[in-house]
Amino acid sequence: MDDDGLVAALLSGSDTAARELVTRHSPWMLAVSKRILRDPVLAEDCVQEALIAAITKIATFEGRSSLKSWLHRILMNQSLMKLRVRKRRSEDSIDDLLPEFYENGCRIEEVGSQYRTPEEILGSRETVDLVKQHIEQLPESYRIVLQLRDIEEMTTAEVADALELTETNVKVRLHRARSALKSLLEPVMRGGGS
Amino acid sequence: MNALRRTALRNWLHGVMFKSVPLMINCREFEGFILEYLEGDLTRRQSFVFETHLKVCRECRDYLTAYQTTTDVVKRVFQDEEAPVPETVPEDLIKAVLEAKNAR
Ligand SMILES: [Zn+2]
Repeated sequence: MDDDGLVAALLSGSDTAARELVTRHSPWMLAVSKRILRDPVLAEDCVQEALIAAITKIATFEGRSSLKSWLHRILMNQSLMKLRVRKRRSEDSIDDLLPEFYENGCRIEEVGSQYRTPEEILGSRETVDLVKQHIEQLPESYRIVLQLRDIEEMTTAEVADALELTETNVKVRLHRARSALKSLLEPVMRGGGS
Repeated sequence: MNALRRTALRNWLHGVMFKSVPLMINCREFEGFILEYLEGDLTRRQSFVFETHLKVCRECRDYLTAYQTTTDVVKRVFQDEEAPVPETVPEDLIKAVLEAKNAR
């Protein structure tokens, strides 16, 4: 049964279809929710609520997008709601990781290194894990913007809406998050050239 | 001339050039354009100014390379996690979902 057939069966209230929906879609949903919330238990709750919500309102699914992206939207709403409710941890400053300049506006940057390509970095388990760890290290307010824009592929407007920020603010945070992560990844990226 | 003095001299030259040549921005100003450049949101004139700086400034070139590598890696680093269907069926989750569904 493809996703279209699944939707039709869900509309008729089939338990088999509900079972199939969970089996087919919960793995990626769990991965997404864990990335957003960084809490496996909370993420499981979230996926469960999102799936129940999806089954309950399956009649509102109009098939204009794929079932997966519809589920993704529901899941995002649930996860972000949980994120907002969760007590904010005190945030480390990101300033130390941002680019530095001399007084005359010139960039302070070590030049002439051979950088690894994205393919080289993504090609090894070890560096992939390092990248994930460094993303985790970013202060929450930056990490979440990076997560939604670059990883979950939401637009600037969608992220602004979800996090109740201005679009300018989203862009500033995205740029800072990427810059900070670039600093954290320096040793990984400069490891190439051999 | 040692490396430190060479860097200082180049830095001084850059500083003078960025200030006195028309349509030239310094690295700090360049930094403020990066995101919009990559998103295609700059005007043609702004893009020209951005690219001109990039041509003459090695620091910003290296920085931008690393920035783009970072972004590229971030966008793809979680792809492996969204594996299709696992071997194990999440029975607990199915049970909870079915209970909620049929309670309505
Ligand atoms: Zn520069």
